[in-house]
Amino acid sequence: MNLTLRIWRQPDAESPGEMRTYEVEDISPDMSFLEMLDTLNETLLTRGEEPVAFDHDCREGICGACGMVINGAAHGPERTTTCQLHMRHFADGDTVDVEPWRAAAFPVVRDLVVDRSAFDRVIGAGGYITAPTGAAPEAHATAVPKPAADAAFTHAECIGCGACVAACPNGSAMLFTSAKVNHLAALPQGAPERETRVLDMVAQMDAEGFGGCTLTGECATACPKGIPMPSIAAMNREYLRATAKR
Amino acid sequence: MAMTTDIRTPAPQRPRTGSAAPPGPGPRRGRLRTLWGSTIGKKAVMAVTGLLMLAYLLVHMLGNLKVFFGPEDMNGYAHWLRTLGEPLLRYGWFLWIARAVLLAAVVLHGVSAYQLSRRDLAARPVGYRHRRRGSSYATRTMRWGGIILALFLVWHVLDLTTGTVNPRGQEGHPYENIVAGFRTWYANVIYLVAMLAVGLHIRHGFWSAAQTLGVTRPGTARLLKAGATVLAAAITAGFVSVPVGVMTGVVN
Repeated sequence: MNLTLRIWRQPDAESPGEMRTYEVEDISPDMSFLEMLDTLNETLLTRGEEPVAFDHDCREGICGACGMVINGAAHGPERTTTCQLHMRHFADGDTVDVEPWRAAAFPVVRDLVVDRSAFDRVIGAGGYITAPTGAAPEAHATAVPKPAADAAFTHAECIGCGACVAACPNGSAMLFTSAKVNHLAALPQGAPERETRVLDMVAQMDAEGFGGCTLTGECATACPKGIPMPSIAAMNREYLRATAKR
Repeated sequence: MAMTTDIRTPAPQRPRTGSAAPPGPGPRRGRLRTLWGSTIGKKAVMAVTGLLMLAYLLVHMLGNLKVFFGPEDMNGYAHWLRTLGEPLLRYGWFLWIARAVLLAAVVLHGVSAYQLSRRDLAARPVGYRHRRRGSSYATRTMRWGGIILALFLVWHVLDLTTGTVNPRGQEGHPYENIVAGFRTWYANVIYLVAMLAVGLHIRHGFWSAAQTLGVTRPGTARLLKAGATVLAAAITAGFVSVPVGVMTGVVN
């Protein structure tokens, strides 16, 4: 199949960018979206042009490195990561718009690559447990009830790709932060720092310039890992509880 | 394989980067400052003040239905509102206390909304080529709907509280003022638009408040959404019934 791509090209953070049109031919429906971009980049290289820059790593939907807005939807039309989006979901002759994540807290580095280190700083503000490192402890040393383990795992599935921020009309990181807060709040290992964690992570989230939640639900719709909307309510509950207790 | 014995002690200080809130001087002061300074806290202020206004609206709507029982019922009810709390309160004090609380709620709600909206718009400076419409109409119209409601409040107070813009505007005769007001086309248009706006605002606002205050749990999300729809429809229908009653001649 053949596609017309309109891709955001921006040489660096300071320069202005623009949408540029490319024709890509002989695309196999079994290719992933990233493999299709690889094909385009090979053509661009042989023509002596700069290849399209995009983030990627595992290409199996578990690392959270890749991500772009395809036809206005974070990670494209399917509920998955861009690397796991296959070209069979497009039709021959389609025109596809490809843009980077758009948020003040995620500045564009180049083309489709954005700087997501704001997420790292939110994690650094409290998305961890303070415990002696070294050899891995015995797995059954701390008993975790099954419902707590399930709740923690639902939120631990977050891969930090940033699709929630990209999809949110307010560029809000509430779904991401709530996944991290709820993950550790559900576990006994997270209990000692339960209050300071949510207070510090939310303070950092706000300091990074992410917007607030207006409950449009766009984040949960875009999330490739299915972190649900009530996670945000759960973080709000944690935050108000921590504020009352401090 | 050698076992590592390098067990680090926990860092004594939590990293505080950016403008993370420093510990406040007193617990209460720090608490309020933390709330007002964070997006979640400010949204909680909006939720609490919104729910307060919603509770008032529900009582106000039910009180308005007195108009269908004739002028004596309506005017008697209006008079009773002024005597409420006597002899602990003096005549009319209850209404003034209610007005002060509502004014504070409106101001806090509006200021929070303005500040959060400014922040939200700044957080997404560049849009996409395609506009996704995953959110509901009620969600998308919260800001403009709020502005419409604020303007309506001014009109409404001038119309039926002070009587300034009411064609009759006679103090102590709300029934007659209502009938006179709703006999003009513009009062009906303004009122109907505002009541649709308030319905939409409640539709998104009520369940948002539940989510903001952390009441929503995975099992109750659908129930709260349905509750918001029922509440919004009931309040809008109750308020709209008054001008419709005047227009159709049921109330005259």
